[in-house]
Amino acid sequence: MNLESLTQATGEWLKGTGPESDIVMSSRVRLARNLAQFPFVGRASEQERGEIEQFLREQIATAPIGKDLEYIDVGQLEEVDRQFLVERQLISREHAEAQGARSVAIDRVEQVSLMINEEDHLRIQCMHSGLDLAGVWEQIRVVDEQIGKVVPYAFHDRWGYLTACPTNVGTGIRVSVMLHLPALVITRQIDKVFRSLHKISLAVRGLYGEGSQAMGDFYQISNQTTLGRTEEELVEQVGDVVPVLIDYERRAREFLVRETQQNVHDQVSRAFGILRTAQTITAEETMQLLSRVRMGVLLGLIGDINIADINSLLVQTQPAHLQKLRGVELDTKDRNIERARYLRKHFESAGGATSPN
Amino acid sequence: MKCQQCDKPAVFHITELESGEVRELHLCEGHAQAYLNQAEAGGGQEQEAGGPLTVSQTADELAVLDKKACDMCGVTFFEFRNQGRLGCPHDYVQFEKELEPLIANIHGATRHTGRRPDRAGSDLPEATEQLTGVIGLRREMQEAINREDYERAQEVRDEIRTIEARWLGPRST
Ligand SMILES: [Zn+2]
Ligand SMILES: [Zn+2]
Repeated sequence: MNLESLTQATGEWLKGTGPESDIVMSSRVRLARNLAQFPFVGRASEQERGEIEQFLREQIATAPIGKDLEYIDVGQLEEVDRQFLVERQLISREHAEAQGARSVAIDRVEQVSLMINEEDHLRIQCMHSGLDLAGVWEQIRVVDEQIGKVVPYAFHDRWGYLTACPTNVGTGIRVSVMLHLPALVITRQIDKVFRSLHKISLAVRGLYGEGSQAMGDFYQISNQTTLGRTEEELVEQVGDVVPVLIDYERRAREFLVRETQQNVHDQVSRAFGILRTAQTITAEETMQLLSRVRMGVLLGLIGDINIADINSLLVQTQPAHLQKLRGVELDTKDRNIERARYLRKHFESAGGATSPN
Repeated sequence: MKCQQCDKPAVFHITELESGEVRELHLCEGHAQAYLNQAEAGGGQEQEAGGPLTVSQTADELAVLDKKACDMCGVTFFEFRNQGRLGCPHDYVQFEKELEPLIANIHGATRHTGRRPDRAGSDLPEATEQLTGVIGLRREMQEAINREDYERAQEVRDEIRTIEARWLGPRST
């Protein structure tokens, strides 16, 4: 597969379409699967890892999904290209940084990706823009069924699908939604909301899943347990809290507009001002400011910019994307300069006046 | 080994496993009790929240347990406790008794109720059991090669092929 063609595309989760896409960025499900006849990846020899890869590739090619997939040999990629796939959420950070034979297969629209030799032999992922857990589950269920017909999944009557880590055993399913919750952050209600989620055994992580501090007010909510409930029940468990969170965020946004109209308009305008004029800017600051501008657009405080545009800037200004777009490797300092240049140029042509109300 | 919180000898060795992160605690009886009570007290919630995976044994029990190894992949329980990752699918059979409390602690359940793979002409649990045998045989073959017992290596390879032919079904290659 040609990474350059991906550079120009927006990627599924950034399309800014789908139900509730003002708050829900994307819906995702992943399934952890292993072959019965090999040790788990962490204990497999280099030769066995090669055999696992080859076996899965050959067998999956015989399934209907096989013809839609293109493989990328992750082990052979330059660091910047591996980082690029992480930024697009097509592979995990662990998969990018691991050693040995490993790959990823991606379908043309970047909805389905299969990681081979991550922590488990096979990690199937499916992602849709906006809130569409039912659609995602239906799609991944079909992919999993097709692959399950051509490879011998490790399965146990009592323990279900067997995984390298007991935290994934049973269904092997991780259901997650990525939410943009700036108003809950500004009104300092976010911690309270998350404490209540932990009580019903849901996990919360920041964007890209690093630490607990979310970059740019993007949060990922997912199920923590995988055994003892059906896949549908686990999908529902995550799905059930999303309307509640959407409602909280909407109310917080209304509150901000009603009670702190000037403040919020000022914050959004300043954020927009910095993005349009900065000469050097870090990825973290960019994401923080884009988050505020995104909220400003949704509150009607900034005109002439669409959400898909902001979503796409969120990923295009990430370190690896910036370097791929520019076509050269850049160190941190040069990336910050290039990022600022890219943003100025983008907003120059896209316009985007702050509305004068 | 001394208790991590006082000078008394550590007699309880506790392994916590949370989202794949492993933490080891070595405590004296008093501190272990305090720790476990505290986990229990916060526990009402913790339990619901799919709280950490906890094993607690006395030093003697642990020493015996740590040496237990998987017949197929050879991973020891000690290695699992350290890395938080199992060695092969057979570990769930081999260490079933030891894993049960850990799994109950993580998931609040000990039985899968979700989907089953649908593979024509093959009972999956049976196929898994048979195919994990290949993992052990492959190790045995390597050992035979290492001691230059090629006759034995050949035998084991034939055994592997028989199992694969029976349980992998018609292959595309
Ligand atoms: Zn002590
Ligand atoms: Zn094993």
